[in-house]
Amino acid sequence: MHTNEEILKVLAEIKPGLHPAADDELIKTGLLDSVEVMQLVMALGEEFDVEITPADLREENFHTIAALCAMVNRLEEE
Amino acid sequence: MRNLLELLDAAAGRRPDAPAFCDETCSLTWARVKAGVDAVGTALAAHRVQHRPVALYLDRSAACPVAMLGVLAAGGFYTVLDTSQPAERIGRILQRLQPAVILADKANLDAARALNAAPVLEYEQAAATAPDPALLAALRAQAIDTDLAYVLFTSGSTGEPKGVAITHRNVLAYSEWAVRTFGFTQDTVFGGQTPFYFSMSVTDLFSTLRAAARLEILPRRLFSFPVPLLEYLTARGVNTLYWVPTALGIVSSWKALDYTALPPLTTILFAGEVMPTPCMNYWRQHYPRATFANLYGPTETTDICAFYRVDRPFADNEPLPIGRPCENCGILLLKDGRAAAPGEEGELCARGSFVAAGYYAMPDKTAERFVQNPLQPNYPETIYRTGDLARLGPDGLLHYCGRMDSQIKHLGYRIEPGEVETAAQSLPGVEAAVCLYDADRARLVLFYQSRRKLDEPLRQHLAEALPAYMRPAVLCRLRSIPTNANGKLDRTALKAQLAQLK
Repeated sequence: MHTNEEILKVLAEIKPGLHPAADDELIKTGLLDSVEVMQLVMALGEEFDVEITPADLREENFHTIAALCAMVNRLEEE
Repeated sequence: MRNLLELLDAAAGRRPDAPAFCDETCSLTWARVKAGVDAVGTALAAHRVQHRPVALYLDRSAACPVAMLGVLAAGGFYTVLDTSQPAERIGRILQRLQPAVILADKANLDAARALNAAPVLEYEQAAATAPDPALLAALRAQAIDTDLAYVLFTSGSTGEPKGVAITHRNVLAYSEWAVRTFGFTQDTVFGGQTPFYFSMSVTDLFSTLRAAARLEILPRRLFSFPVPLLEYLTARGVNTLYWVPTALGIVSSWKALDYTALPPLTTILFAGEVMPTPCMNYWRQHYPRATFANLYGPTETTDICAFYRVDRPFADNEPLPIGRPCENCGILLLKDGRAAAPGEEGELCARGSFVAAGYYAMPDKTAERFVQNPLQPNYPETIYRTGDLARLGPDGLLHYCGRMDSQIKHLGYRIEPGEVETAAQSLPGVEAAVCLYDADRARLVLFYQSRRKLDEPLRQHLAEALPAYMRPAVLCRLRSIPTNANGKLDRTALKAQLAQLK
């Protein structure tokens, strides 16, 4: 099981200086734009060795750190 | 026709109850748009904005077109500001523009006031003003078609954004061409991707007005999620896209059309940067019967001055031509003041009714780019020098060959590396800076010279000075930036270093 902290570490590499809490909105607030979301997809895939497919690319999987963490854990089990 | 509001009058007269502008939460009918425009126009007229600029500081929504047209109703011209841009750059734009009023929505009211540039009027309040038809009619009676409609700011090479001044006549001529060429009707539903401070939105907005069609203003965040984006297009019945290739590429790179029902698209247009042929081919596979067209043009020709309707298959490594000049628009390829020979590269210059009036409050820059047609010495005719190179192929079509200067196209935006470099060099400690485009990885790279590493303060500094799309993804400090024999910074030597960066 991965933790929110691990996800935050990956995010910090893409967007230095961003330290959201686990439930902070990342998408609606515009904290992450479409280019950054794509970078995050690549980085998460590499870091945790999971395959994020177009079907996973939904706002509900990306809108918070907690949601991202849940997605990574689910993909790892699959 | 001499005023863009005549398009609104016609649409509202013909289809009062049909939806005109829609966003995620709100849908405005033509009658409501017309009422809103009259209200905003009346409120602005009290500030005497006739023949004067009004800055718009609103979040992206269906209210934006109402605010834009409301400025026109008051006899003024608008500049749409990007609310996500740093206050410093907006300040430079406003200093050039000297707006009579800033019209801001409630959410941005405090930020607009903090700019301290002009009186701030609240949009919601303006839209609730009782309209004064006699006043608006009097203003309209004084309008002529060479009055400005808007000023659109683009990146400037010395760090100073340039405001392209566009007249009613420009947009009337341009939108007439667009609607006729692509056959837009009242059944057309545009899926608007580009922001209103970007020239491509002119096609969406004014084609919608002219055809009494519908514009679905797409939420920006959907462009992170290709499948939900397509589902949204389907739910809203969008049938026409005019997007930058980067946006179409988000769908093609994830092969998202294979994961959901196809939206009912009939027309897919693109402009703003070179379209990668594999991306277009992916879309064409799924839409073999749709119209695809590659549009070309700078902000200075309203939006477009040449286009190519894709009429045959293209191999993945075969670049798309930019085609032929639009009707009522001429293109000259000039080489040393004469017409380039067929097949020879020349500077692409545009003539005709889409050519802008010039740069706002910048006579020197205007004189540099808006020049007398050298092939026509006997009477005054202004042409616009784009700085783009093109050649006429044996197929009779224009082919784009790159830039004469170092201008960069990134995510459809036009970026003058000089503006990024000037911003970087304004940080104490940065002795020199060169901004290059790493085309293979579609990112901006900034090389800077300083005694010690300044990555973090520089990143912070650039975030305060430049909009997000202009900020370099990679900062690379050098002890000394290479220079060529003339002592100038050697861009070519640095280009070779791009490939070695992580």
